[in-house]
Amino acid sequence: MKKFIVLSFLFLAVQAGFAQQKLQKIPAVDLKTMDGKAFNTRSIANDGKPIIISFWATWCGPCKKELNGIAENFDVWVKQTGVKLYAVSIDDTRNSGKVAPYVNGQGWDYTVLLDENSDFKRALNVNNVPHTFVLNANGEIVWQNNNYTEGSEAKLLEILKKVAKGEKIE
Amino acid sequence: MKRTYLIFTLSILVLCSCLLTVGINAQNQPANLGEIHGNFQMDMQYYNPDSSIKAPVVPEKTGMNAFLNLNYTRDNFSAGMRYESYLSALQGFDPRYTGSGILYRFISYTTQKLQITVGSFYEQFGNGLILRTYEDRGLGYDNALEGIRIKFNPRKGVYLKGIYGTQRTFMTYGPGTVRGLDAEVNLNEFFSALADKRTNIILGSGFVSKYQPDAGTGTYIVPLNVGAWSERINIHRGKVNFQCEYAYKINDPSAANDFIYKPGEALFATASYSQKGLGISLSGKRIDNMDFRSDRNATINNLEINYLPCLTRQQTYSMLNFYPDATQPTGEIGYEAEVTYKIKKGTLLGGEYGTNLLVNFSTVSGLDTMQLKPAQDSSRMGYKNRSYFGFGQKYFEDFNIEIDKKFSPNFKLIAIYASQVYNKAVIQGEPGTPMIYSQIGVTDLVYKISDTLSIRFELEHLYTREDMGSWMSGLVEFTIAPKMFVAASDQWNYGNSISADRIHYYNGTLGYIWGTNRIQLSYGKQRAGIYCVGGVCRTVPASNGLTLTVISSF
Repeated sequence: MKKFIVLSFLFLAVQAGFAQQKLQKIPAVDLKTMDGKAFNTRSIANDGKPIIISFWATWCGPCKKELNGIAENFDVWVKQTGVKLYAVSIDDTRNSGKVAPYVNGQGWDYTVLLDENSDFKRALNVNNVPHTFVLNANGEIVWQNNNYTEGSEAKLLEILKKVAKGEKIE
Repeated sequence: MKRTYLIFTLSILVLCSCLLTVGINAQNQPANLGEIHGNFQMDMQYYNPDSSIKAPVVPEKTGMNAFLNLNYTRDNFSAGMRYESYLSALQGFDPRYTGSGILYRFISYTTQKLQITVGSFYEQFGNGLILRTYEDRGLGYDNALEGIRIKFNPRKGVYLKGIYGTQRTFMTYGPGTVRGLDAEVNLNEFFSALADKRTNIILGSGFVSKYQPDAGTGTYIVPLNVGAWSERINIHRGKVNFQCEYAYKINDPSAANDFIYKPGEALFATASYSQKGLGISLSGKRIDNMDFRSDRNATINNLEINYLPCLTRQQTYSMLNFYPDATQPTGEIGYEAEVTYKIKKGTLLGGEYGTNLLVNFSTVSGLDTMQLKPAQDSSRMGYKNRSYFGFGQKYFEDFNIEIDKKFSPNFKLIAIYASQVYNKAVIQGEPGTPMIYSQIGVTDLVYKISDTLSIRFELEHLYTREDMGSWMSGLVEFTIAPKMFVAASDQWNYGNSISADRIHYYNGTLGYIWGTNRIQLSYGKQRAGIYCVGGVCRTVPASNGLTLTVISSF
């Protein structure tokens, strides 16, 4: 029985190879906004312009460095690429009440969502935070990265400019 | 039982295969094949014997934890599973994690108004005070429900959820059944007359009941069905947000509360004010005999139905996490206050880039109670509350200030000072150990040498006269963006009163990253300690050895 399961698993994985050619769409998951309203990820949209989805937490040092780094020039990024940033906090109820004061305290111009039970994190197969996704005009994931290094904002801007022009991302 | 699970897992696989095959065979047109994505992580450690740090002897020499998640989605349909291996589980994980298997698998169908999930699922009602199932693979925590979940939005602003299942316990499922209902109404969405009002109100209500048969072999007559309910409210107006939840549980004698018949209660509230550059939050909680599990004999973190969040700052740096708080579900009371402030660019203190300040204070105590003598306690209530909001013995306290400053495009600094109080006797369950008072300083410096090279220093110091005495800790990390990093660190227990125990816990790490893949190798000593996420902790024994981590998502 167990062997059969493993074989089926392999069979599925091979088939997945075919399915893989398609770009990933965002799965529909129920989240919350900072003021407690229900928000379904189906509503993630930006009128055909690029979207960043960045998973973070109030206890994650590199996440805050990354989002603060982007915040410094975010107004310029918006002008250049029309980008919209969804900062998805995976803080659970221990910290989710502190997200809004932190975000406003930092002055971030992002759309902040609460993923208190990590449902969206699981649906997008995120292992650790930070994990950042870039979506194209069709809402498909064209680039992702799961660590932060000093100065990686430059690379992200480069990707966004390409996406805004409709160019393909390697 | 096991056979049923295997067949269910198999059915998911076959169904996914069929759907994929249908897609692949429909040639010559852009067929909708659906998508398969997933992630993988493996942590393997080789253990050197090391009696100097009291590392336990590992006869098998190595341990390995691994998992692979696979998610399939096609239109409104999704299915997924996770294969897990513990061969054998890493030191510090519960040894009941053993062998390999697929314990997490689900099929789900979603429309605008309805979502049906069969199989394993994670769910949370409100703040989790009566129900939260979740996973944290790093903690070895997984209390997933296995059964049925239905989410239904009958009309705008109304959100209903129902769950029915049994809970996961390590490599199998627990003996109890958990049933629950949750309703949430957003008044402003529900009543069109309120749609444009500035004040937004959301009401929520939940009920959870567990059933566990009783063999009748125990000392006490126990309730077979135990119910818990909660009411919650969230009010938002402009810059102010307030939310509060109250939960109540009927008598639930269990191993965790020493089989007392006192009902349980939990109260959790947060108020916050924020505007650009300033954020203030104030939270409070009171927990009284609120341990809630689907097995009355379960202990530690096993088979918990609800989640009682800590109200203390979740710290990032190792010395600040040396003595971490953990919720005492049998009873505690506490509050937390946090202020974040951004000093503007171009001011004297703000400098060229602005300065971020964060001040946080939290304190947690036991309830103000009076133990009842068995002779006066015929109904076995265990204890009496002397005053409802009274503070008893102190459990934990943390006052900390953080400054976050960028000096130039290449140089950033984070500095933290903290003063903590830790009741080891209660939090670690070691009666008789003295209270630990500690003062901690942390600096984190990043210097960007070029576009691709950066170096980071972390210097930490923990001062205490209790427990093992003072510690010093240092870390140097060199990053070659975007692919590689090398780090070396040392934690030195220089203040230990026993000179033979003034040990250096050195560690070296090498990591290689490309896309969403990462391979990391580290070698060194790990001190015995407590590893926590969200106030749930596991104790990690000391170890000396080589660790290989492979992470990938696709």
